[in-house]
Amino acid sequence: MKAVVSVIMLALLGSMLWQAIPLAEPIALRGVAEHYATMGVADNHAANLVTAVIVNYRGLDTLGEVVVLFLSVTGIGFVLRRKRGLVLHNPRPASELTRTGANLLFAPLLLFGAYVFIHGHLTPGGGFQGGAVVASAVLLLLLADRDRHLPHGLMSWVESLSGLTYVLVGLIGLVSAGSFLANTGLGLGEWGRLSSGGLIPVIYVLIGLKVGSELAALLDLMTHSGEAEER
Amino acid sequence: MNSGALIYVDMFICTIMLASAGMAMWLRNLVSAVLLTGAVSLVASYLFLRMGAPDVAMTEAAIGSALTTVIFLIAVRRTEEEERAEEVKR
Repeated sequence: MKAVVSVIMLALLGSMLWQAIPLAEPIALRGVAEHYATMGVADNHAANLVTAVIVNYRGLDTLGEVVVLFLSVTGIGFVLRRKRGLVLHNPRPASELTRTGANLLFAPLLLFGAYVFIHGHLTPGGGFQGGAVVASAVLLLLLADRDRHLPHGLMSWVESLSGLTYVLVGLIGLVSAGSFLANTGLGLGEWGRLSSGGLIPVIYVLIGLKVGSELAALLDLMTHSGEAEER
Repeated sequence: MNSGALIYVDMFICTIMLASAGMAMWLRNLVSAVLLTGAVSLVASYLFLRMGAPDVAMTEAAIGSALTTVIFLIAVRRTEEEERAEEVKR
């Protein structure tokens, strides 16, 4: 009965959306959106326009997103840290295949994640995507060896320092150009080079480090939650 | 392949997406349902790529189909362990 009702509701919602979205009708950009689309590359020398919008024009929103992610990971840590009494902890050791694969893939995955967030202003992807790739590399390690614990002290230092530096970089813009996170302080550089785009690569590396360490800490919490106390 | 033929590929892909979403709702086995939602995300990331949004496609593939699926799988495993522990206690 419940399933039937939800299917009917979904069908209604679908038909509403179908009527609301003008399918296959190109819409002209207006106002701010047009400025972003036409001037974004020239303003920032960022070959990837999406990055120019996320990190520069909408940098404050991105800071908000990072804060939301931080708060949710903190909340999960708070809930899952509870020590429980009797927990059967007798995991099967990971298979040879998983262990060999994880050892083989860990370094390339880490490198690829770093590549994605360092080249965020040139190629698709950026801090969030690169951070997620880094976290999945860490996940492989956790899957291969169930008893492995991540260095929490180091990771929370990386996370806090990168978050703090993000705000400080924003303050540089406030002091030198009068607006928070303004893209000043570093030269814009030559279009399409790695060292271009002003502060954008700096900010995306910081976001990548922050997101990577946060998601890795989250995975560590999830895999080890509720384990017996002596560990 | 020209874009006319690609439309049919897209329609096929969309059908797969709808089918796996529906299956995830109906299946009683939690692990299969989680894997199917991961498949929905993977297909969605292909569609994002086709619509010219590689950034969104990467996010969807990395977070939607990899990390979320794994987190759900870990949650399923841990709740099962807990249920077993409860049974032993009784």
